[in-house]
Amino acid sequence: MVFARNQWYVAAYSQEVGDGLLARTICGRPLVMYRTRTGEAVALTDRCVHRRFPLSESNRDGDRIVCGYHGFTYAPDGACVAVPGQTRIPRTARVPAFQVVEQDSFVWVWIGDGEGDASAIPRAAWFGSPDYTTVRGMEPLAARYELLVDNLLDLSHETYLHAGFIGTPEVAQTPINTEVDEEAGIVYVSRRMKDVECPPFYAESTGIDGRIDRWQDIEYHPPCLYLLHSRIALTGVEPGPDGDDSKAFHVEVGYAITPETETTTHDFWLVARDFAPADENVSAFLADNNRTVVLQDVEALNVLEKVIASEPEGYQELSINIDTGGLAARRILRRQTAR
Amino acid sequence: MSAGRLRVEWSPGSDRLTGICHCGAQHTAEDPSEIWAWLLAHPDHPVT
Repeated sequence: MVFARNQWYVAAYSQEVGDGLLARTICGRPLVMYRTRTGEAVALTDRCVHRRFPLSESNRDGDRIVCGYHGFTYAPDGACVAVPGQTRIPRTARVPAFQVVEQDSFVWVWIGDGEGDASAIPRAAWFGSPDYTTVRGMEPLAARYELLVDNLLDLSHETYLHAGFIGTPEVAQTPINTEVDEEAGIVYVSRRMKDVECPPFYAESTGIDGRIDRWQDIEYHPPCLYLLHSRIALTGVEPGPDGDDSKAFHVEVGYAITPETETTTHDFWLVARDFAPADENVSAFLADNNRTVVLQDVEALNVLEKVIASEPEGYQELSINIDTGGLAARRILRRQTAR
Repeated sequence: MSAGRLRVEWSPGSDRLTGICHCGAQHTAEDPSEIWAWLLAHPDHPVT
């Protein structure tokens, strides 16, 4: 498997990138990230051009990085500006710099040739909006990113893998509608549940006591950004004719699915809500519960990766109706990877 | 449906999927792989 190149990937949360030197491998490329004194996020290849010592294990001198092994010194654009013991700096003394865009609380990097189109980065405004309260985390996944895409595009697994948290019997029982925007390369999967059980994740965070209408509207922007627009309301509460939906609870779940290596993935997850914005107990509950749910997926997908690694080639999977969205996502990823 | 949009509806109470192409053509089957293959054949949707 090769990664989809010429794509934007989330490399970090903005809050992770600061004065320190943050090491993270993205699509097999070792990156070091930091923030300059003027607040600009920088991403460079995390290898000194001299003897490949990781720059993330080195030191900062103002906005420069001084290699901790022999002192090669790099500017934020990757140019080497000093070498030890001589005045001549070799013409090739430069580490590749990655184009960085900070948007919606993410640090996006362009993995590809030339300059990426920043306007092509999908938006998720609520994750950086003061109108929402967001909890977030990142879990290392010892499995290929396609397994996480499969997992998230088919939420019927909630019934079995996440029972007692977000899973109820009705999730797996409710049909989905799937739509693909071929031009934009976006997959939409919608599941609308009516008069169903409210799972603990939503009952405890919203305070709802009773049956609910539950919408799960997925919007996947391959390869990296997955959004789940979750609407929870007491059964029968519908949006008004003017679009007013203030009697419902809205939870915007996000994942940035970023390949680390061919068989490991950075599983960034976020939960933004438009209710109880200042309630720290709700924030703590959602953060703790969602992390538990994510770790349930991580455990399952880590097992699956080992199964795939140990099986002979040519295993034939079986796909059924619940996989309609996942199959569409796989096809778009194949198309992106082939470019 | 807008240009470039392909839709697959799963009828409640049924195992059948209906693929709807942006050109208006429709096809019903029980296998999502078959539905996608049919949709992606646009404009040469196999006659069923």
